[in-house]
Amino acid sequence: MSRPDAGTMREQLAGEGREVVVSHGTVVVELAPVAVLATAQELKARHGFDLLLDVTAVDWPQREPRFDVVWHFYSTRHFLRVRVKTQVAAADPVVDSLTGLYGSAGYMERECHDMYGIRFRGNDDLRPILLYEGFEGHPLRKDYPKRREQPLVPYRK
Amino acid sequence: MNANLKRPAPALEYLTTKKDELVGWARKFSLFPYPFVTACCAMEFMSVSSTLYDTDRFGAALPRFTPRQSDLLMVVGTVTHKQAPILRKVYDQMCEPKWVIAFGVCATSGGFYQNYAALPGIDKIIPVDVYIPGCPPRPEMVIDGIMQLQDKIARSKHPIVNDRF
Repeated sequence: MSRPDAGTMREQLAGEGREVVVSHGTVVVELAPVAVLATAQELKARHGFDLLLDVTAVDWPQREPRFDVVWHFYSTRHFLRVRVKTQVAAADPVVDSLTGLYGSAGYMERECHDMYGIRFRGNDDLRPILLYEGFEGHPLRKDYPKRREQPLVPYRK
Repeated sequence: MNANLKRPAPALEYLTTKKDELVGWARKFSLFPYPFVTACCAMEFMSVSSTLYDTDRFGAALPRFTPRQSDLLMVVGTVTHKQAPILRKVYDQMCEPKWVIAFGVCATSGGFYQNYAALPGIDKIIPVDVYIPGCPPRPEMVIDGIMQLQDKIARSKHPIVNDRF
């Protein structure tokens, strides 16, 4: 059996409410938030995407729903990359956690929660990882003031 | 006995100086640096402390890895807000007399990090004696900074010099 390339992977993933294109050699899957967990399961179990590279988000302040949540997967068997994107609203930015499938999701989801305030259903440990306890707001959101500082040590006079 | 065989006076029988200058001279060549190294400036710090530029010449060769044994705090690299309490604690643990060098532009002013994470200059939380800007600073700049600190130490009043000494 020959190794699937991005084109065949695109064909295999298309359908079921998923919009799939190939961009710069990466398979890009756009789908609804409810479909994320099932799609990740399928990617891991059926298509050999054994490595979760990144969980992050994009803030589009003018758009509704405001956030993209983005996952990157890599297959060490097929040498292929897949990017999964979904949109969530600012009012309730929740998606399913992938910690049940990939242990590495834990830290990355905590970072994403730090920076964008995305919550991950099923991840009970969303303590700050790069930020510190008591930090208000989410600094990579576009409405976080660029110059706002939250020092832990009081400044000298 | 022949008077001509009298032993000649030693060349440096006595030396006049000010007590402060004497202590300052001794102190300026016995700096014990504590490297608080957080970022890429560390590479430049290594370069300046090793053979080619050799801060050993200034008596500042032996980094002490406990603040309690050192009198020169070298803050090398970016300090974030999350790290600031650690820097403050290290500074508080050092005994007097103590001096601080801000090594590199990030320690000096935050550099190009003007954001939620970075402390805009360590002088916001601890006093600084010498600022060495540059990203990273050239070894010549670091040596110049150390020499300026030595001048400052030599010129300053030393509290251990009092009426009884």
